[in-house]
Amino acid sequence: MLFQPVNKNYHEFCIIRDKDLCINCKVCVRQCSYEAHYWDESRQKVMHDNTKCIGCHRCEALCPTAALNIVNKPSDFRTNSLWRPVFLQNIYKQADTGGVLLAGMGSPVDIPVYWDSMLLDASQVTNPSIDPLREPMELKTFLGAKPKRVKIVTGKDGKPELKTKLSPQIELDVPIMFAAMSFGAINFNLHRAMARAATETGTVYNTGEGGLHKSLYKYGKNTIVQVASGRFGVHLDYLKAGVGIEIKVGQGAKPGIGGHLPGEKINDQVSETRMIPIGSDAISPAPHHDIYSIEDLLQLIFALKEASEYKAPISVKIAAVHNVAAIASGIARAGADIVTIDGMRGGTGAAPAMIRDNVGIPIELALAQVDQRLRDEGIRNKVSIVAAGGIRCSADVVKAIALGADAVYIGTATLIAVGCTLCGRCYTGKCPWGIATNDPKLSKRQNPDIAAKKLANLIRAWGHEIEEMLGGMGLNSIESLRGNRDKLRGVGISDIELDILGIKHAGR
Amino acid sequence: MAKIITKTLSAGRTYYKQFNEEIRALVKEGVNHFIINDCNGQRYIGTAMEGDIKFDIHGVPGQDLAAFMRGPHIRIHNNAQDGVGNTMDAGRVIIEGLAGDVIGYAMRGGEIFIQGDVGYRVGIHMKAYLDHQPKIVIGGKAGDFLGEYMAGGIILLLGMFSDKPDSPIAGRSLGTGMHGGVIYVRGEIPEDQLGPGLHAQPVDSEDLKVIEELVKEYAKELKLDSTEIMNEGFVKVRPFSHRPYGNLYVAC
Repeated sequence: MLFQPVNKNYHEFCIIRDKDLCINCKVCVRQCSYEAHYWDESRQKVMHDNTKCIGCHRCEALCPTAALNIVNKPSDFRTNSLWRPVFLQNIYKQADTGGVLLAGMGSPVDIPVYWDSMLLDASQVTNPSIDPLREPMELKTFLGAKPKRVKIVTGKDGKPELKTKLSPQIELDVPIMFAAMSFGAINFNLHRAMARAATETGTVYNTGEGGLHKSLYKYGKNTIVQVASGRFGVHLDYLKAGVGIEIKVGQGAKPGIGGHLPGEKINDQVSETRMIPIGSDAISPAPHHDIYSIEDLLQLIFALKEASEYKAPISVKIAAVHNVAAIASGIARAGADIVTIDGMRGGTGAAPAMIRDNVGIPIELALAQVDQRLRDEGIRNKVSIVAAGGIRCSADVVKAIALGADAVYIGTATLIAVGCTLCGRCYTGKCPWGIATNDPKLSKRQNPDIAAKKLANLIRAWGHEIEEMLGGMGLNSIESLRGNRDKLRGVGISDIELDILGIKHAGR
Repeated sequence: MAKIITKTLSAGRTYYKQFNEEIRALVKEGVNHFIINDCNGQRYIGTAMEGDIKFDIHGVPGQDLAAFMRGPHIRIHNNAQDGVGNTMDAGRVIIEGLAGDVIGYAMRGGEIFIQGDVGYRVGIHMKAYLDHQPKIVIGGKAGDFLGEYMAGGIILLLGMFSDKPDSPIAGRSLGTGMHGGVIYVRGEIPEDQLGPGLHAQPVDSEDLKVIEELVKEYAKELKLDSTEIMNEGFVKVRPFSHRPYGNLYVAC
């Protein structure tokens, strides 16, 4: 072809096929849900179209002779630090279609990652370190409101008795939970895997806003059910199914806007669980239209408390935005038991790219500010803080807890554990790894048994690493690390950043 | 027919938490008909209640009455506040006066019959699923954003028993973003009160059958004359697409 429109010429990836190794077995043709590989009848061999490749590496992973390599397209636009290629490509696409740029997964933009600028402490000589392999190490975490003080009296039998009435708590063996990813956005195999892995490792998973499939009610002790503005699949049984209820106000990847599950992803099972017709769009309005104020939020929090007969702690999830600390304070005062803060690097199945890449603030700064504000106001005990959005490893978890989190949610890491390569096309419903798709042929690529095992492995591995890091600091309980910013030091960041994070620079 | 066991309660100045606990305990004891007197804005009455239970409420109940409710019949012999029938699943709420904002938010089934006017954002994101078909009938006039994001069910707006003679029958942006369900309006609705892309269309005989049946129920519950209500034409507002935002995006 002599002439191709410019947006065809500047595709992102090239498929390199080694002619000697390729045996024309067509595995790549079958595996590629974007039809980048095809069988050429006239040439009698497998061919490919680079413009269709999304860089998921599925073909490369499954090619039996390792004949395939997916590489970034070597030819690039002329170097220009203002007009970087992504801006040109986006303009070409929008000029062609007039569409809003839609993106999947968390933001890839180059904003500071403060996890990388914080270092942890360890004990030397005094307050000796602890070996978690031989000594008990407590990661147990309780999420929910804690009393300001406890009253203990001596009972008739001479034993102490707790007089204070405690609020309901969610008990976690590890302070890591599987983040809210709705059934619909990801498929049933993965919901089942999360439910089972959470049960196996003593943590919880969050249903996301797409309801709870009836076969997963039995995992209720390890489930947080979510209520979002669309109220999909929300009913009495659902609200009583889990150990906690989360009101989703915002999401880190798309603060201030709603959700939109395209009709293509609404199959019979999703339709049944969300209780909406097959093929119809599932639109979650940007706000809950019954929440226009903190007082309205209070109203919904207590409606849910009434619905659970005060047995379930209520979480309110918000995106990390400029005034997050004041908002979190309002949430605590409105009677929530948990406030979940989702940073701007949090994942999504679909978000307008402009929102995802330009709205919100990093979780590290938001978390530090929320914890500080609630302490300053003397209401930190009223809520647990859950941090989410860009937690990549157990060290990030430890740093988050030292900054003041009670626990973290992991979403993107959960998906990576089952094979996600962050190709970022979740909204097409064609996920080649069988994750963000409800197509039966594709979702079959996720075996729930194997996925559950991988997820449980990840939680266990991170749990061990957290124990090692705690032990190194001479701590034997995660409780002693919570909000203990003395265990953190900053490197290479400014005074104002150190001040916001509430930590000293390394060397001080 | 289950035996009717009636209990009369006076809400008075009892805090809602305690009051609702008392009701739940009585339900467990088998009470299935509550007469609540002197209601003073107690919230969450009937919220998350299930089964064949009847409530007669005198006085004004508080916010989020019948939220997440599945089954009970509630009659309010007066006005209601905001949030009636929030995410309600089944049952019936009859309001013999007017009601506030956000009535029937995201409700999936059952009926809410209001004799008088309603406030803003009524019937937002109502949705239907199989035999769950939520219905709201408003005897008076409605505020802005009636049926916004509506995804299923029926809203019938009569505009007859209103305290606001000078107001249009519905506020601005009726049905904005609706992608399912139908809004019927008695008489006419000015086009500029409708959300973008929506038009008032004439009703056909199928629609009239649905309206007539609904009006009959409504009139019976509120002791009104159904012939008088049917004595005027109706128009309907339907979504222009069940995927209103389907072509908005481009992959990046």
